[in-house]
Amino acid sequence: MASLPGSPSVRTPAPLVAIRGLSKSFGPVHANRNIDLDVLAGENHALLGENGAGKSTLVKMLYGLLQPSAGEILWQGRPVVLGSPEAARALGIGMVFQHFSLFENLTVSENIALVLPPERQSRLDARIGGLSERYGLKLEPARPVWSLSAGERQRIEIARVLLQDPKLMILDEPTSVLTPQESESLFAILDRLKAEGRALLYISHRLDDVRRLCDRATVLRAGRVVGTCDPRAETARSMAAQMVGAQIAEVSSRGGAVGAERFAADDLSLPAPGLHATALRGIHLSVRGGEVLGIAGVAGNGQDELFAALSGERLASDAGAIRIDGRPAGRDGITARRRRGAAFVPEERNGHAAVPGFALSDNLVLSRHATGEVSRGGFLRGAAARAIAREVVETFDVRAGAPDPAARTLSGGNLQKFVVGREILREPGVLVINQPTWGVDALAGAAIHQAILDLAGRGSAVVVISQDLDELFRLCDRLCVIHDGTLSPATATAETDRDDVGLRMAGTVPSPPAGTEVASAPVHAH
Amino acid sequence: MNPDMIQLVLVGVVTAATPLFLAALGELVAERAGVLNLGVEGMMVMGAASGFAAAYLTGSTLIGALVGTAVGALMALLFGLLTVVFAVSQVAAGLALTIFGLGLSGLVGSAFVGLKRDAAPHLAIPGLTHLPVVGRLVFGEDYFVYAALLLALAVSHGLRRTRAGLVLRAVGDNHGSAHALGVPVRSVRLLAVLFGGACAGLGGAYLSLSYTPFWSPEMTAGRGWIALALVVFASWRPWRALGGALLFGGATVLQLQAQAFGIGLPGQFMSAVPYLVTLLALVALSLRRRAGSVAPAMLGTAFVPDR
Repeated sequence: MASLPGSPSVRTPAPLVAIRGLSKSFGPVHANRNIDLDVLAGENHALLGENGAGKSTLVKMLYGLLQPSAGEILWQGRPVVLGSPEAARALGIGMVFQHFSLFENLTVSENIALVLPPERQSRLDARIGGLSERYGLKLEPARPVWSLSAGERQRIEIARVLLQDPKLMILDEPTSVLTPQESESLFAILDRLKAEGRALLYISHRLDDVRRLCDRATVLRAGRVVGTCDPRAETARSMAAQMVGAQIAEVSSRGGAVGAERFAADDLSLPAPGLHATALRGIHLSVRGGEVLGIAGVAGNGQDELFAALSGERLASDAGAIRIDGRPAGRDGITARRRRGAAFVPEERNGHAAVPGFALSDNLVLSRHATGEVSRGGFLRGAAARAIAREVVETFDVRAGAPDPAARTLSGGNLQKFVVGREILREPGVLVINQPTWGVDALAGAAIHQAILDLAGRGSAVVVISQDLDELFRLCDRLCVIHDGTLSPATATAETDRDDVGLRMAGTVPSPPAGTEVASAPVHAH
Repeated sequence: MNPDMIQLVLVGVVTAATPLFLAALGELVAERAGVLNLGVEGMMVMGAASGFAAAYLTGSTLIGALVGTAVGALMALLFGLLTVVFAVSQVAAGLALTIFGLGLSGLVGSAFVGLKRDAAPHLAIPGLTHLPVVGRLVFGEDYFVYAALLLALAVSHGLRRTRAGLVLRAVGDNHGSAHALGVPVRSVRLLAVLFGGACAGLGGAYLSLSYTPFWSPEMTAGRGWIALALVVFASWRPWRALGGALLFGGATVLQLQAQAFGIGLPGQFMSAVPYLVTLLALVALSLRRRAGSVAPAMLGTAFVPDR
């Protein structure tokens, strides 16, 4: 199975890969049911679907990482068994993973060598250099991965696949951590691959990217194929509706009057808390009541450190570095800041915002214990906590299987609605929220966006930290960009655009006469 | 002190360092693959008991060493089944392995307490071994010492320059990624754990065959724990582990010498010196930890593939 008998005389237009009746279940959960899918040679084929629709399970079976429970895979018309990634690679299937499959402490060339047959280091380095000429994929073979940006890491993944000379390349959410400019240079590479006759199976929730790249799209919902479409003949909205199976409500903005400053950081600087962490340098921000301030940035540029400093998980060295309603709060811990009307939603739902094994009511106590409703004299008031948890569940439409279930039993979107609702129901004067809809399905995402806008409409100040530019442009009145621990001044959302923000995310200050042509990520200027 | 006495002391240092180094080298490989095996002491002491028993019964030091090595690997297999295959907590399983090994070795060795053998043979090269000052130190060690050095060479080269070493480091750095690329994570870990056990068993056999050629219960006396500390001290690099082992060996010999010379400190305090050195070295190391990432990122984390 490893090598195919070369038979170019077969001139039937058999698809490069044909999936027939493929199913996969994990115990009682059916991740994929009876899936049919064809990818033709030289075709860019999109795989669309909500989180949990079964896209990743499907491509893992194609890459030999999971074995199907039923059904078969035909490669160039012949049934194949993909028992391992090696078998898939030997046929010519390569995969670029959503969460990078890289090794932080190995060098670029070691990372690449791992998936290739053994060869001399010098020869491999030369071949990596060749990719740079052919596709514009610039890589430094001797650098350790931990020192690289998300865009550079993705180039390693792509180089790794290209050096295997694949016929079919699977890309799982390749642009979710890239700046718009980095995405553009990725698309340029993908265009060249297509011109070489390679097929692409492209998973993305960025429907505009899909429309830009793909010839055909297959839509999955709840593990089944629900339709095929030509992305160029659809709109992003019509494709989203197919994915969700319902129209997504348009988020409506409130246009509330902007009041006095409620939350501010003034020359906030903190050293890096750990080895691969980022130091904060001279952060200034100011949010007024009724306003949503967005903070854009590529992951790992200090977002988590900034969130920890704003929430009080890490204290500033100077009390005046953080102000809540005009009074210094830099030396107050998270509990003291909550008592003063601030609320915080961290990025990681499981383990940071919520304890996975705790019931929702216990998780409610964790962020409400200091503000009076759920404890008296050091004793917990279980009934009160359960009542408020129930109120959060009802108000924010959290779908749970049991009355007061453990947090880990909720789906990502439902748990996120709970942790956001838990804070918003308190009517905080200040809300700081990190990646509000990361990994959340579109319906839950729209509900969270609406809740944030409604809160601001009632006079609260909101800070949204996010990597998702669509989300920021939808929610925010003003935008700033975090890069390498420094925060740019805020600009009104109406007066900026994605290209401008994207350049600042990559650390470039846009020069005034910038034409339409945008250079690829300016990391290795020669 | 004349030069020959200095040589005698240095030979003692090498002898004290060798069992520590062998055990640390094996544990280093296991940890580079991401498995923390706290059972080194238990594997060593089993190697010592079974190695002595086999050598006494067959009259062959070589067979004793081989049996000690195999028994160490067998203990590691038990640990590997628990932690790598069944994903039991590595800390709990490691501690249990140590307690189990100390107990079982007492049983295995009970018939051999008080028996003596001749010490393991030493290298003898006519003309070289009898050179003054350095002859015995360089050309007259027992065979275990040279075997340990060859092993260090192989491990160091293997980790850095071979495909197998690259795969092993990858598994220790990110087992999820390694699995996604098709690396058999659990097989790699099991092999690394077995290698660690074999080295610990050999180190233990060295104690009962060469260091003091008899068996006494719990004769490892905490050397397995020192070997564990050595791995951290060496920041997971083989040659640094050699340096560390010589340092700790030196501390051991120093306390013996000091007692012999009647230095006015209580013997109990001097016996504690190697362990104090261990503690100080670990503290010093964690103070400069910020300089660079050293520990394998997956150290101590079990891998369970989703199937």
